[in-house]
Amino acid sequence: MTTTMIAIEGLSKTFGPIKAVDRVSFEVARGEVLGFLGPNGAGKSTTMKMLTGFLPADEGRATVCGFDIASHPIEAKRRLGYMPEGAPAYSDMTPRGFLAFIADMRGFSGADKRARIARAADMTNIEHVLEQPIETLSRGYKRRVGLAQALLHDPDVLVLDEPTDGLDPNQKHEVRALIQQMAPQKAIVISTHILEEVEAICSRALIIARGRVVADGTPAELQARSPRHNGIVIKCSNEAATALSPTLRQIAGVAGVEIEPHGLFVRSLPGLDVFDAVRVATRQRAVDIKEIRQEQGRLDDVFRVLTGGATDADILAQTAA
Amino acid sequence: MNALCTVYKRELAAYFATPLAYVFIVIFLALAGAFTFFLGNFFERGQADLSPFFLFHPWLYLLLVPAISMRLWSEERKGGTIELLLTLPLTPTQAVIAKFLAAWSFAGIALALTFPLWITVNYLGKPDNGVIFASYIGSFFMAGAYLAIGACFSALTKNQVIAFVLSAVVCLLFTVSGTSLVLNFFTGWAPPGVVEAISSLSFTANFEAISKGVLDAVGIVFFTSVMALFLFANVLFVNLYKAR
Repeated sequence: MTTTMIAIEGLSKTFGPIKAVDRVSFEVARGEVLGFLGPNGAGKSTTMKMLTGFLPADEGRATVCGFDIASHPIEAKRRLGYMPEGAPAYSDMTPRGFLAFIADMRGFSGADKRARIARAADMTNIEHVLEQPIETLSRGYKRRVGLAQALLHDPDVLVLDEPTDGLDPNQKHEVRALIQQMAPQKAIVISTHILEEVEAICSRALIIARGRVVADGTPAELQARSPRHNGIVIKCSNEAATALSPTLRQIAGVAGVEIEPHGLFVRSLPGLDVFDAVRVATRQRAVDIKEIRQEQGRLDDVFRVLTGGATDADILAQTAA
Repeated sequence: MNALCTVYKRELAAYFATPLAYVFIVIFLALAGAFTFFLGNFFERGQADLSPFFLFHPWLYLLLVPAISMRLWSEERKGGTIELLLTLPLTPTQAVIAKFLAAWSFAGIALALTFPLWITVNYLGKPDNGVIFASYIGSFFMAGAYLAIGACFSALTKNQVIAFVLSAVVCLLFTVSGTSLVLNFFTGWAPPGVVEAISSLSFTANFEAISKGVLDAVGIVFFTSVMALFLFANVLFVNLYKAR
């Protein structure tokens, strides 16, 4: 049974003349990791600030574990772990002092408090810097202190604003592994503009542009929206490409054939898989082919099209990598 | 309640985590002493009381209290920690009260450390310790009122220097509102009631009323009302400006 842990309905926020968030709605169940995607300034952080009760919404409502963040803020905030953008922390404190402060705020004391601090420090790998003032720590460690703070009370709902921003590849990997490890027990929302991260850890992705949700689905579903999805890349000589293209155009389900610098790109009609037919046709013509493969479509391309950074034609014009 | 205490403790500890607390206390004690002995002619007066010491408290606070209060909210806003603080299970009102109480306690510690003067005056003569006690209480409440103003303006800006200057100016208005400097500006065109109201806002006059003799309830009520008013405004400003 899936339980809805986060429910957002028609959330809107206006700053002066700018509609920062425009009727955003979504739900997140336990076990889901929702990737919140969008260009800078699309409204990701604002939505997260409203979800966590930092900003009041102009319209709509957000509930955490059934508690409305506007009418029952304390109950909702108790069930929520939040790492704001940039992982702010009191820089004059040590991570141990800071985590102790958070533990006190969450109402833990004595052995339970010590155990929770130790556990959060262990999960985020900050044990050996626990006694150093936070202001002297590197960006990666500061980020992990912020993460430890959000995890300390083992919340049902975790909201992380750009958790891997500014981390090196090893640290990114660790944080992603940590999120995946926690995922089954929690409802997690992460914002990011790193698309590989979505493919790596998110069970669902939500793309937001100019304050509106423009796509909502699994990473694979979103990939399928790429104009290059299911297209076939054939690498061959230019002569072979010219010879092949009229034949391929006649195959049922082929929408078009483009001649590219090192071969051909066969576009299929939406939802049709023409890979086998194309392969058979190339064999019959007995042309020399170096490589033939099917493209999944890149999330990158879908993102750019949906957020207004590119058109379908731009994406199709791209040469296969 | 628990969350309020936790924020209070963190804030108070934060003063002592940096040299600010020690610098402040040393300067406060040095200035309080200098004013008492040089400007107040403590010895030359030949009277066993602390009125030359308390006389300069409004001016001392005017200079030093904004330095305590300026960081309360502007530092949180600048560092982004306000987002962390206000998404913890705690209401903005609790946060405002906790921070104010921490600053007020710190001012109380600095004030309490002037006790050698009290010992001196008791060693030299037979002062009326009731008056001295009332003056200390009055001074403490006056410091609270200055701090509430400072905390309120600290929530308006991310810049601590701007917070300092704004609070100092508003504190100055409250300090001098009973003097002819301000009142002469209003007499002549403003109705007498308004002039009287402005003069009654004077911190100096209210503090003197308390320190002249018995603990004057009107003065305490006045300073408490100023604190309540500015802390209420503080909550409004925090909610209004927290995300900017």
